[in-house]
Amino acid sequence: MSLILDHVNYIYGEDTSMAVAALRDVNLVMGDGEFIGLIGHTGSGKSTLVQQLNGLLAPTSGSVYFNGNDIGDKDYNRKELRSKVGLVFQYPEHQLFEVTVFEDVCFGPKNLGLSPKEVELRAYEALKQVGISDEQFYQSPFELSGGQKRRVAIAGVLAMKPDILILDEPTAGLDPKGRDEILGQIRKLKEETGMTIILVSHSMEDVAEYVDRIIVMNQGSVIFDGLPREVFRHYDELEKIGLAAPQMTYVMNRLQQEGFSVNADAITIEEAKQEILKSLKRG
Amino acid sequence: MGIIKAINLAFEYIRRDEEGNVEGILRAVDGVNLDIEQGDFIAILGHNGSGKSTLAKHFNALLHPTEGSVWVEGKDTADAASVWDIRQTAGMVFQNPDNQIIGQVVEEDVGFGPENLSVPTEQIWERVEESLKAVGMYKFRKHSPNKLSGGQKQRVSIAGVIAMHPRCIILDEPTAMLDPNGRKEVIRAVRALNQAEGITVILITHYMEEVVYADKVYVMDDGKVVMQGEPRTIFSQVEELRRLRLDVPQVTELAYELKKSGLPLPDGILTIDELVEELKKLKCSGTGVDYVIDS
Amino acid sequence: MLRDITLGQYYQTESVIHRLDPRVKLVATICYILSLFLVDSVWGYLAAGLFLAVMIRLSHVPFKFMVKGMKAIILLLALTVAFNLFLTPGEPLVSVWKLTITKEGVRVAVMMAVRLTFLIIGSSVMTLTTTPNNLTDGMEKLMKPLRKIRVPVHEIAMMMSIALRFIPILLEETDKIMKAQIARGADFESGSILKKARALVPLLVPLFISAFRRANDLAMAMEARCYRGGDNRTKMKPLIYQRRDRLAYIVLALYLVGCFVIG
Repeated sequence: MSLILDHVNYIYGEDTSMAVAALRDVNLVMGDGEFIGLIGHTGSGKSTLVQQLNGLLAPTSGSVYFNGNDIGDKDYNRKELRSKVGLVFQYPEHQLFEVTVFEDVCFGPKNLGLSPKEVELRAYEALKQVGISDEQFYQSPFELSGGQKRRVAIAGVLAMKPDILILDEPTAGLDPKGRDEILGQIRKLKEETGMTIILVSHSMEDVAEYVDRIIVMNQGSVIFDGLPREVFRHYDELEKIGLAAPQMTYVMNRLQQEGFSVNADAITIEEAKQEILKSLKRG
Repeated sequence: MGIIKAINLAFEYIRRDEEGNVEGILRAVDGVNLDIEQGDFIAILGHNGSGKSTLAKHFNALLHPTEGSVWVEGKDTADAASVWDIRQTAGMVFQNPDNQIIGQVVEEDVGFGPENLSVPTEQIWERVEESLKAVGMYKFRKHSPNKLSGGQKQRVSIAGVIAMHPRCIILDEPTAMLDPNGRKEVIRAVRALNQAEGITVILITHYMEEVVYADKVYVMDDGKVVMQGEPRTIFSQVEELRRLRLDVPQVTELAYELKKSGLPLPDGILTIDELVEELKKLKCSGTGVDYVIDS
Repeated sequence: MLRDITLGQYYQTESVIHRLDPRVKLVATICYILSLFLVDSVWGYLAAGLFLAVMIRLSHVPFKFMVKGMKAIILLLALTVAFNLFLTPGEPLVSVWKLTITKEGVRVAVMMAVRLTFLIIGSSVMTLTTTPNNLTDGMEKLMKPLRKIRVPVHEIAMMMSIALRFIPILLEETDKIMKAQIARGADFESGSILKKARALVPLLVPLFISAFRRANDLAMAMEARCYRGGDNRTKMKPLIYQRRDRLAYIVLALYLVGCFVIG
């Protein structure tokens, strides 16, 4: 299960005078149960990139391969691809339309032409995976809270049983608790199913403690790609393009400059705490 | 009396079924007392559904109290005759940048408020110019709002309110839909207005780092004000904030955790500088070392 | 990228026509269209064509943009010409199978073609040189007398300008929802008409909900900014006739008189 991007370029409005290069020579390999954070600010090309991954947009030049097949091929089954590479858009609750939560989640698997029984089974499973309780199944999705609506929308994609799940800004507009809940739910999903998950976000701090690989985009290009702590070492460069590393990175670097013997790679508060206590102990 | 005062304010949403029978009553704001001084920077915190937006809409007479009363510059918001004066005194900026811009050109949108207030044409132009300059959007005056970034659109919305010459500006989660850059832009503009023009600011948000500079913070939960005080006092209560579904800035949390482990740090550290300074003091005096060795 | 679509087809440039008061352009366009149906001689059409040519020249808009508007009505034009060509009774000219082209037919067909072409290009001159906003303002002020018979002129104009502002936003939103549903396996392209119509439900329901939410937000934002209808509002950009506008009216009057005399 892997996605490969090979020299992908994408230009919006190619034939017009307002052509904008949204992706510039992007080369990436993703898959095999990775948990990836795709970071960049608005307009960095990250949303364009994820739409390449399930064939919603086709590269202007270059190719995208899923499991070794070029998804741009004429006879490639893109409908099947979309069920394998599930994409949850930003504010996904805005796309809900059915009368009940359950029916809405059935929409995806139904489109795959599965038997009614299989459709319902999958919808049930998906709703359970995102933590929606049985009583809410037959409520109107519009009666749920913001965070719950979003889970239902995520379930709508999960019900297609994708191998790779991409979530575009899954925490946008949620309060801190709602944000932690949804990210916790995604982590749990990752642990239980082992599927590849790509979190698209503009906040390093939000995804830092969850993912095991971070890809940073700026002006359509991938500028960093690696373990979170490796990427955060470039906090100066990140700052310049308007992305901040987690606050802990700054604290630890400042302390290091002030002569504390701490490891500046600490990302979480717990790690930072241990480092500081250790350094004070050494005197 | 301050510029905005709420006395025992309560507001109920009444839900009705299809026949119009009352299905349920939601008490969104419940017994709130506030007194906001002219020129202050006030932050109202709370998780989604805590009643903070409902409260804010009362300051602008968009909602009227079910019980109690709200006074803006000594005028009762329940008095229909003073509604327009109140809306001019206390301007409001909303969450979604797309849904509050009326004009098709930036400058025309900023002129919308003054037009409604029957300001003479020449003065409208003066006001539009000064307001756009105040939020740093003057060079975009001829642009279409559709082509601006989220942060820029919110600054245009703020300019649209300032052009009405309010004494107070209420911002209802103005940064919730923006990326970090946009958020910084907007908060910077708001702070400048507060400091340079002396406009009272009431900022409603759930981002902690935005309230660090406030003069006073109110925390809401379940329609009630459950905490109030200076940011430092509020942020020293980490456990309580967590219980209220809120964050604290990561540095504050780190300082809190270090303190829990026994380091003698002061309460409510808000910035990286403060933390580094305090830790340096500890290192020199060797107090921290004592503790860690003892344990 | 849908936000880049400019509605109407305003062409941004500097020209005397661009600077004219929108009311002048509206009135002139209506008068010009009337004049096309008034004249009935070659000289009349020549005058109309000349007038139009001068206007295009003054507007600084490249001619190809003017012709763009023609593409939409090319079929209509062809049909009109064909009907008049074959169905006008009179002195036969050529006869093919059951169809006869008469001398009168040719005359009428040519006349109709010229009229339609002038009409479309004439209105294009207006839309290409006036922003939709400006046009709404002009209409509002021109229709003001209708308020006496209780036509809500200000409200109509406000509705038009809000629509103009939100159409690009809603277009982009449609695109987004459509993509989201395609990602869930929806198919908007293949299938029978019935199937296609049913496929629109997942698109239209969220779109309507969003439109209502936006309308609600906007109404509140307008109220918060003291909007209370058109009474007593001042204008940031009031429409005031300048010397050039009065001059334009004189030119227009001269043209109309000319048409009468010649036509």
